[in-house]
Amino acid sequence: MTTGPGEHTAAVAAVLSRLGAEDRSRLLAVLAHRFHDLDLAEDVLSDAMVAAMERWPEAGTPDNPAAWLLTVAKNRALDIVRGDAVRARRLATLRIEDELVAGEARDHSEELVESFGSARIPDERLNLFFTCSHPTLKTSEQVALILRCLGGLSTAEVAAGFLVDTTTMQQRLVRAKKRIRVTGIPFRRPADDELPERLPPVLRVLYLIYTQGYVATAGPAHVRPELTTEAIRLTRVLAHLLPAETEVRGLLALFLLTEARQATRSDAEGLPVPLSRQERSRWDSSLIVEGLSLVTRAAGEPGSGGYTIQAAIAALHAEAASFADTDWKQIRVLYAMLHRLEPTPMVALAEAVAISRSEGPRAGLRALEEVGLEGRRPFHIARSIMLREVGDEAAGAAEAERARRCPGNDAESAFIDL
Amino acid sequence: MKYVLLLMGDHQDAECGDQSGPDPAEFMKFDQEITEAGVVVGGFALEGPETAVRVSADSESEELLVTSGPFAETGDFVGGSYVIEVADIDEAIAWAKRSPGARFGHIEIRPVAEY
Repeated sequence: MTTGPGEHTAAVAAVLSRLGAEDRSRLLAVLAHRFHDLDLAEDVLSDAMVAAMERWPEAGTPDNPAAWLLTVAKNRALDIVRGDAVRARRLATLRIEDELVAGEARDHSEELVESFGSARIPDERLNLFFTCSHPTLKTSEQVALILRCLGGLSTAEVAAGFLVDTTTMQQRLVRAKKRIRVTGIPFRRPADDELPERLPPVLRVLYLIYTQGYVATAGPAHVRPELTTEAIRLTRVLAHLLPAETEVRGLLALFLLTEARQATRSDAEGLPVPLSRQERSRWDSSLIVEGLSLVTRAAGEPGSGGYTIQAAIAALHAEAASFADTDWKQIRVLYAMLHRLEPTPMVALAEAVAISRSEGPRAGLRALEEVGLEGRRPFHIARSIMLREVGDEAAGAAEAERARRCPGNDAESAFIDL
Repeated sequence: MKYVLLLMGDHQDAECGDQSGPDPAEFMKFDQEITEAGVVVGGFALEGPETAVRVSADSESEELLVTSGPFAETGDFVGGSYVIEVADIDEAIAWAKRSPGARFGHIEIRPVAEY
């Protein structure tokens, strides 16, 4: 049976879309690592995609589409580098000058691609994680770079997730990539003794992506599932690449146990449902099982830290048959541990809530006095609930009014109105 | 890549060699370390900011004016610099962290522009 050119093109498009985020980020990481230039890597990878759209319909889809794309992208990159003295000099200092010798270069790179084989394209994504979250980049740049280069989101999707317009996000990415190139941020995995300093920024970026999806800071919706899904996917990749790092698994456990409650966190109208009223039978048991197993292992290891403690707290919620059955005493202990590790007002607030649950609202209100979070919505919501619990309706209502005036998303505002 | 480490001082801070100021011996020790590492391709040490002479155009008449320092209103001043050639920004940062200049005043790292 013969197929028309239109069907071929559709088949090619299907193959390219199946490549998906995993393969795109892997190819990008290999190219960025090889040429020490993220911009160049992105350009030549899209050139290779275009070439595939042109050539595959006639020549047929290659057995190993990823390796084909890598070869084409690499040859294109070598052509560009040869025509650009500054880039060539930079690369020469990076000890790959042998590839720049015309003639030999192509053979050499063909050979490299062949040795990659179908599943054997080296995984350089770890390097890219550390490059994209280098401490000399601004947090907003780190987040954008990780989502764009390692995640599967388009620039427009990244922009939508962080409530900026696409042009702004494009400019942010251009600036960030320029900073990487001009300041000479390396494409390498930090040495083991550098990891304690370099891993936390990577985890913080993933945490920010998740929380941005989990509690939208503004706008109409309470959650943005594309961001939470992407944060979980990226954390899985990182946990796979750094199997010995406890906190990566702690973070993954935290995400999974939080994600397990996702379906019950808002009602049909999109309004948030507090933990006490969530339908626990609808929590995702497979995510809970995976999260519990990860956190149980992580909690017993020496490298565990703040994320593992938070995951342990989430685990206690996940294990409780009902809100009343929750082990608040244990949760309080864990928040106290977390507070020692991270003496921030938000942790102090959570600790005060745990105190209120384990020792009663009066103790909670006393603890709240130490929390300097006036003007932040969660603080006033917590205070409002505790005041109502001790029977002071009027003060509780006034506190709710304060909460309403704080910045936050519309769905939360409606929740306070209830 | 080439980077410049600019060793910056603040007019408010004590001077090098003063009681509470940085010990010149520490700077000499660092100088020896970085020089022996073979990464230094240039640099300079400057006399104090009070010896600075400024040439600038008057904002209204655009006439060129010559004035003498110190120019305390600028806050920071460059005390000296190293031009180093290292693999990447991480190595440049590592050198800056080892310099006493990071603790007395601060160090600004700038990549040298390539043309």
